[in-house]
Amino acid sequence: MIITRPRDWERIIANLDEVGATRVFIMGCGQCATVAKTGGEDEVREAAARLEAAGREVTGWAVGEVACHEGGTRLTTRKNAGSLETAEAILVLSCGAGVQTVADARPGTPVFPGLESAFLGNVVRHGVFEERCQMCGECVLDLTAGVCPVTTCPKGLLNGPCGGMWEGRCEVVTDRECTHVLIRRRLEAQGRGGGRGSLAPKDFSKKLKPGAVNLREGRAREGRARGGRDGGSGTTGGEDGR
Amino acid sequence: MSRLREALARGEFVVTGEVAPPRGTDMSGMRGAVETLGPHCHALNVTDNQGATLHLSSLAASRVVLDMGVEPIFQQTCRDRNRLALQSDLLAAHTLGLRNFLAVTGDDPRGGDHPEAKGVFDLDSTQLLEIARGMNEGRDMHGRELTGATDFYLGAAVFPEAEPWDVQLDRALRKVESGAEFFQTQAVFDMDKFARAAEDLRPSGVKLIAGILLLKSPRVIKFINERLAGLMVPEHISARIEAAEDPLAESIALATEQVRELRDLAHGVHIMPLGVDEAVPRILEGAGL
Repeated sequence: MIITRPRDWERIIANLDEVGATRVFIMGCGQCATVAKTGGEDEVREAAARLEAAGREVTGWAVGEVACHEGGTRLTTRKNAGSLETAEAILVLSCGAGVQTVADARPGTPVFPGLESAFLGNVVRHGVFEERCQMCGECVLDLTAGVCPVTTCPKGLLNGPCGGMWEGRCEVVTDRECTHVLIRRRLEAQGRGGGRGSLAPKDFSKKLKPGAVNLREGRAREGRARGGRDGGSGTTGGEDGR
Repeated sequence: MSRLREALARGEFVVTGEVAPPRGTDMSGMRGAVETLGPHCHALNVTDNQGATLHLSSLAASRVVLDMGVEPIFQQTCRDRNRLALQSDLLAAHTLGLRNFLAVTGDDPRGGDHPEAKGVFDLDSTQLLEIARGMNEGRDMHGRELTGATDFYLGAAVFPEAEPWDVQLDRALRKVESGAEFFQTQAVFDMDKFARAAEDLRPSGVKLIAGILLLKSPRVIKFINERLAGLMVPEHISARIEAAEDPLAESIALATEQVRELRDLAHGVHIMPLGVDEAVPRILEGAGL
């Protein structure tokens, strides 16, 4: 899931001041930001109380199923059309993808991010998240015993350890085990330790921005019937939900 | 042709030193260090934004060293440049007459004077060595022919005292496989561990130049233990320096003993005098070099 952090409140207030917004609508996210406890119902209510304490009027708020789903977010904005109409700005408590989805759904209204997007995180336990994958587009976990050096080595070295490893600990994040020691130990335990060559440099062309996947194009090429009107695969089908 | 390579090939016990480019454009400090160290060393390393702090580039400073009649070891970290820039600078280094190249990973920017910088690490030092070897053979990293090859004596870093040693050794051997012909080591404090490293690396044929750090004061030891990544001065050594009436003289005596012991274990020594450059001739003379 996408891990978000609260954003500097002064900056949020400054954003609203810049456009002279006294009436604000707040959008949360029912998925990642709810689990991360940054943009669920509780946090949206909290933000509403803070805005009101700061002399703003909250015209309404909504926590849709998942903010980055374009069809779903359009539906949420339509359901809340009345209170959105009177809002001079929208504050979105979600990751940057959700903020942009709301901005697309309400292009005439200033939309501001209420959170900072941090990383793709594992849920270690309730409220504890760790970054384990960079979505680099060229997975090396087959060679590294299921431990990602691109993400969990602070330098992202494919061939390590670097010169700073000490007693098996990482030199940068000193309270954690060196990723490269962990990889080697696991490979050994699986009988895959010996004769491992160096890993080749990463192919960053596998991760060019902006990423896009369109399963419908593939289906069309294969001559199958196109999907329904649910917009369920996160594509940008123009007719969805209109 | 690298004179360092030639000296090691002849079986000579080599001495390398280190100079830091300035944090600015005034070269007088670095020139002074080259003048002091140059006559006693086969080659001088020229550091690359050491400690992830801003300095004049190793490329330009290496040429200044060369122009002073001293052989430089051009260093590149993988921290500040992507693969295009690293290869481009290697071509430049060759045309500037540089013939020794040391590839290192580089300290993380978080520990430097620009902690908000993006650490590049597009390549790691093993991959950079592999590429540099290819360039010596006239190819870029994709195997495409270059109009003129480089001719570098390729070096890398190894940390003989880091545990677990098997992981360090594996990495060191991969660096040799990728083209490293000589190693310069982190500071050596434990001769038994150094002997273990020398023995394990001997079959690979790589030349091993042992690092000697001048522990000139208790303050420096404290700094090393608290701030320098992965380096720890053992208790018996720090106690010796702390108890000394003249810590600098004691550190010179210690370094002299270390060089003497390493003459039988290593192919050379790399002396890091931490600014007390005038101590280097005294250490070498004391060790009979």
